[in-house]
Amino acid sequence: MTTRIIHFNLNGRAESAQVAAHHNLVEMLQGQFALTGARESCGQGLCGCCTVLVDGRPVSGCLYLAVFADGANIVTIEHLGSHGALDPVQDAFVEAGALQCGYCTPGFVLMAKALLAAHPDPTEEQIKDYLSGNLCRCAAYPEIINAVKIAVRKIKAGPTG
Amino acid sequence: MTAPITGKQIGRSLPRLEARAKVSGRAEYTHTMRVPGMLTAKLLRSTVAHGRIKSVDVSEARKVPGVFGVFTGEDVKRVIPDPYYGPAFHDQPILALGKVHYVGEPVAAVLAEDPHIADQAVQLIAAEYEELPAVFDEVEAAANEIVVHDELKPATTFADLKHLKGARNTNCALDFKLRRGDIDKAFASAAQVFEHTFRTQKVLHLAFEPHASIADYRDDGVTVYSASQGPSFVRTEIARLLGWPENKVRIKVPYLGAGYGGKLYIKLEALAVALSMLARRPVKVALTMDEVFYTITKHPSTFRIKSGLDNNGKIVARKCEVWWNGGAYADIGPRVTQKSGFTASGPYDIDNVSVDSYALYTNLPPAGALRGFGIPQLVWAYESHTDMIARALGRDPLDFRRQNLLREGRPQATGTILKDAAIEKVLDTIAGRLNWDAPFDRGSGTIRRGRGLAVGLKAVISPTTSVAIVNVAADASVTVYCGTIDMGQGSDTAIAQIAGEVLNMAAETIRIVPRDTDVTPYDMGTLGSRSLFHMGHAVRLAAEEAKTKIAQLAREVGEPEGSNAPLPELFVKKYGMRAGNIVGTGIYKPDYVPPDPATGLTPNATPFWMTAGSGAEVEIDTETGQLRVTRLINVADCGTPINPKIVETQLSGAALMQLGFTLFEKMHLDGGQVTNASLADYKIPGIHDVPPMENEVVAAVQSNGPYGAKGVGELATFGVSPAIANAIEDAVGVRLTELPLTAEALLRALRAKAGKPLADD
Repeated sequence: MTTRIIHFNLNGRAESAQVAAHHNLVEMLQGQFALTGARESCGQGLCGCCTVLVDGRPVSGCLYLAVFADGANIVTIEHLGSHGALDPVQDAFVEAGALQCGYCTPGFVLMAKALLAAHPDPTEEQIKDYLSGNLCRCAAYPEIINAVKIAVRKIKAGPTG
Repeated sequence: MTAPITGKQIGRSLPRLEARAKVSGRAEYTHTMRVPGMLTAKLLRSTVAHGRIKSVDVSEARKVPGVFGVFTGEDVKRVIPDPYYGPAFHDQPILALGKVHYVGEPVAAVLAEDPHIADQAVQLIAAEYEELPAVFDEVEAAANEIVVHDELKPATTFADLKHLKGARNTNCALDFKLRRGDIDKAFASAAQVFEHTFRTQKVLHLAFEPHASIADYRDDGVTVYSASQGPSFVRTEIARLLGWPENKVRIKVPYLGAGYGGKLYIKLEALAVALSMLARRPVKVALTMDEVFYTITKHPSTFRIKSGLDNNGKIVARKCEVWWNGGAYADIGPRVTQKSGFTASGPYDIDNVSVDSYALYTNLPPAGALRGFGIPQLVWAYESHTDMIARALGRDPLDFRRQNLLREGRPQATGTILKDAAIEKVLDTIAGRLNWDAPFDRGSGTIRRGRGLAVGLKAVISPTTSVAIVNVAADASVTVYCGTIDMGQGSDTAIAQIAGEVLNMAAETIRIVPRDTDVTPYDMGTLGSRSLFHMGHAVRLAAEEAKTKIAQLAREVGEPEGSNAPLPELFVKKYGMRAGNIVGTGIYKPDYVPPDPATGLTPNATPFWMTAGSGAEVEIDTETGQLRVTRLINVADCGTPINPKIVETQLSGAALMQLGFTLFEKMHLDGGQVTNASLADYKIPGIHDVPPMENEVVAAVQSNGPYGAKGVGELATFGVSPAIANAIEDAVGVRLTELPLTAEALLRALRAKAGKPLADD
């Protein structure tokens, strides 16, 4: 099996990994870095449970080949927040009760981060459109939409809000 | 960060205890777990629905570099001589033996460190089958012309299955009967009789964490990490298979990426254990999503229902025949057949009732419990039927229901008296929110509008037992040990609230230990909305015992009555330093009287009734059959909500799940093969499918519940399907009797009604 070494920035640290051509990002993150927040569910890039930010762009880690991440900046759910404090989006998900089993939650949180980076004050339709690539079988959708709205307010209020 | 609130814990909408772990991606799930030295298993699955295994040639697969081993059912027999498991029947082999009974049944397993290598090797296994005739439809299966299993093998657990031991030439895994009054006489004297047949389709749980188990077998004990809703049962069953005492079997369950009934009883655990025994190394079996479609599903059903009415519109007789399509292995189907079967006549006061509820084997992927334990299938039929009768009589459907409703203090079909079931309040609340008595805009031209409602009744499964331990440390911090699995329903939070209420502590300061059968005591299982009631009581009792012991401790160390001395000081006074524990235990098992085998009657069928309903407004494009739910109202009686926010989320989530089962979800089957076994081809509700929705809990108290509470997880599934079908008829005058209610089905019905039927495809 041919493998190669790739170098990238992972959650703010320079890292490298030996990967085979067929290894996807989720396999690499779980197998070599013990990061399990991006997790496979449908395996087809449809549910969003495996969402990872690559150079700021949300990708489906179950389809995204690890070798493509060579030289990239990778952010996973584990990187959000700092020193025990949650990121405002995570905080908003807690406050809104926007999760049940939690398996899809990291994907929704990262997608919401990407949404708010592109549209700091999204309309309800923008929220729905942006999050329509993520699925929640527990169907916490009303709470998730509410969480994004709460996150907008939290971010506007600043770090002390 | 606000300070935790002490004092009243019941009724607090505090966020879930594990919310931070979940939003941080740090909550642990079995599917992403690894154990040092572990091998991964990949499975070869049957390609035929029913057949004799002629040969399984694994020689090429074994040669693949990196393959540790390849094993078949015959290999499993070397380590587990009688490798059949199941909660109701010991019918399911760990790997197929002799015959295969459905497409997708596991036949062989490849073990490798690298899952890709295992996958590749699976493709090189050559299995040959002698195909046998197969039966797929539940009503056809009841004719016993094609028989799925040569001989029935009931487990010893359930008394009402014992008579099936050794039965041959039958597909019937339980025939439950209920006979109340004189049904023949009542029909003979009825002024009008209505009979309809309804069907439901095969759907699946599709929990986002696919099934996963890791087994680590050693000669002195086995540890299984598993995505399970019922570790106590898994432990019992693995111990039975190994011939071991239960204390050598340890089942550990982290958080579950949901269950909805799909991870109950035993699923992959026996296979993981057998493979670990063969390999002498830890083995992980973790399914991909397509394999989940071949693991456990919801029962398709056929329900023939017949009602007789007197001249005043009172239902005097109801005959219910329900056929449950259990698939190739019984799983918990026989319990669904009985425990839901006895409510098949619905929330109505009917003197003469006959129920026949049949659990049937077919050559399809197995069926089990799915958020409602059979109740949604029943409510779908009886509430559609009830609406059709009202319309045929020219009666208002709400008024007709009110006339016939089962009221507090009256006997349900089993003879058990209805108590603490706010059926009427639920119905009135739905009607009120729908503005039922006000004029309604029915649309015009090709856009038509309608509305409908439906209400259901369930009896919680009984008898079941829960055990809990509350441990108070010398610093006064509290830990709860209980086997209830938090799979998203928020049980950890509710349990902490109950313990906190007893001990006057903030719920968020209480720790619920991760589930581990070496540590957490027995619980029957996290199923059927039973946990808050049963485990809630067990935790309450354990906390009360701890509280009593705290008072004893205070007396022992000489504190005056009513002293406010901090608890840690009491420990220091007693033990001379920060040392010791106070341990309270609680066991809860409600009273129950089993049904009479001949009549199905019992004075005590259940410790609590569950009731809920839905109202729907729909808009239909008569040219395309496209349907839009413009309003969905879900109303439930869950007694006192322990955590109102979590209750609301449960109602909303259950209703949306049932909306998927109602409008589009369906496993398409061709010769037993699932042709849409992926999320790409099997659509589930997404964020754009959420209709305008209102959820309400009626003011009610479950008088024998912990703090007046009872379960909620399944409630909002009850009424959604019939409410929408009833709204469709209200809008366009056609009646759909089979789920799902797709645009195609609706268009076909509209065109047939217009005398211009569409050609069959």
